[in-house]
Amino acid sequence: MININEVLETNDMIEKENLDVRTITLGISLMDCIDSDLDRLNEKIYNKIKTVAKDLVATGQAIEKEFGIPIVNKRISVTPIALIGGAACKTPDDFVTIAKTLDKVRAEVGVNFLGGYSALVSKGMTKADELLIRSIPKALAETELVCSSVNLGSTKTGINMDAVRLMGDIIKETAELTKDNDSIGCSKLVVFCNAPDDNPFMAGAFHGVTEADAIINVGVSGPGVVKTALESVRGKNFEVLCETIKKTAFKVTRVGQLVAQEASKRLGIPFGIIDLSLAPTPAIGDSVADILCEIGLEYAGAPGTTAALALLNDQVKKGGVMASSYVGGLSGAFIPVSEDQGMIDAVNAGALTLEKLEAMTCVCSVGLDMIAIPGDTKATTIAGIIADELAIGMINQKTTAVRVIPVIGKGVGENVEFGGLLGHAPIMPVNPFSCDAFVNRGGRIPAPIHSFKN
Amino acid sequence: MKKTIITVVGKDTVGIIAKVCTYLADNQINILDISQTIVNEYFNMMMIADMNQATKSVSEVSDELDKLGAEIGVIIKCQREEIFNSMHRI
Repeated sequence: MININEVLETNDMIEKENLDVRTITLGISLMDCIDSDLDRLNEKIYNKIKTVAKDLVATGQAIEKEFGIPIVNKRISVTPIALIGGAACKTPDDFVTIAKTLDKVRAEVGVNFLGGYSALVSKGMTKADELLIRSIPKALAETELVCSSVNLGSTKTGINMDAVRLMGDIIKETAELTKDNDSIGCSKLVVFCNAPDDNPFMAGAFHGVTEADAIINVGVSGPGVVKTALESVRGKNFEVLCETIKKTAFKVTRVGQLVAQEASKRLGIPFGIIDLSLAPTPAIGDSVADILCEIGLEYAGAPGTTAALALLNDQVKKGGVMASSYVGGLSGAFIPVSEDQGMIDAVNAGALTLEKLEAMTCVCSVGLDMIAIPGDTKATTIAGIIADELAIGMINQKTTAVRVIPVIGKGVGENVEFGGLLGHAPIMPVNPFSCDAFVNRGGRIPAPIHSFKN
Repeated sequence: MKKTIITVVGKDTVGIIAKVCTYLADNQINILDISQTIVNEYFNMMMIADMNQATKSVSEVSDELDKLGAEIGVIIKCQREEIFNSMHRI
């Protein structure tokens, strides 16, 4: 039988160390909504989401109350809209009507983000893919909480550099259209290499075409729990350190597994995966950077950071894998800047640069995330940053992503406030040298060789 | 069996257990086990309760215990047992 110390440990994790289930994300296939008539398409999308997701929020809240564990976000992901809208949309504005439908039904079912305004163009773009991509700035400016993602490359196909170059412009345009609001549109837009089909986390969540009609994916979190556990093993060797992380990750993930199964049972929707991620928030004590400091660094970004992060990420997976029957999504430590107070402090102290963050993404998910850069950064430079990050994912057979925010009208040294879970960030300097001739070449980078690994 | 874990945390005072037990009895909730400890002068109590015969749902009981806790000046939580089992038992 459970004893009082175990009960108090669990409740301390929840109350003092910010243990929560970060998101229950309901993936919904919109394949059966495809129609060549735009109005009918919008109507079908609205009806499908409204029907499938109607009980999501209430069910999440009931589970929260009965188990006493906060479930911070209830979200929806849908089939990439470029696939769904292709038959009906003839212009970017046609696609924007779908974004508005998604935002409307999202608000009505009460979820706080809907992802899947997406295109998968890792090798080439169809006409519909390109129209959707060109509609992204307006779609994000005219909707509140719809998220967009574009998969630009993969280990199997290489990198679509035409699309990378285009996304440089699209990110700048999105920033321009939301410049009155610190270019916040870009916080809802992410580009990927090797995008997973079952990611529950925003902004990159979409419901892949290989998925069932509807599925429940759950993202767990708990940087604060790991940090607190590590406080008790200060000065101990790596074996003790790693065992502690593993055991903590196990406990955290088991809660996610319980919530996922319970939600699946109550909603009558199959359980997909648990995403084993350490997802920070701007709240004090909910920081991945603080774990790195607890491991022994003065600031995230100091020499040793990549090794510490690699170790952390690997132990979280080792502990989490046994705790869950199905693992998927991004599964790794997130290192967003604006959403993690420890990262913000590291940037302000001069310890953490864009280049070091890029190195860190080689050993963890998911990429350059929530990084504010000067508003006058050239579109070609952004494309260059994207190409670098995607190359890491392509060569290392992992997911990488870029979510940078060129804050129009602001420069290095200034701060930007996004609010809520998105946090705030100092604007980071970008290498000023040009890559124009490189990104303007056109075409694609061929798929890499899968042998001779060095 | 539908088991819940009820925890009471707060400054020690006269009658905490009595009030909680009275509420549980009134609602047909059977107490299977009680343990308590004092941590940093704070009163920590845990009850394992069987809610099979309970007249109310776990979330209703949780809300009402919350209110009762506020009256006594302690924090009372009522959670289904599975969250602890899944975290601490393989």
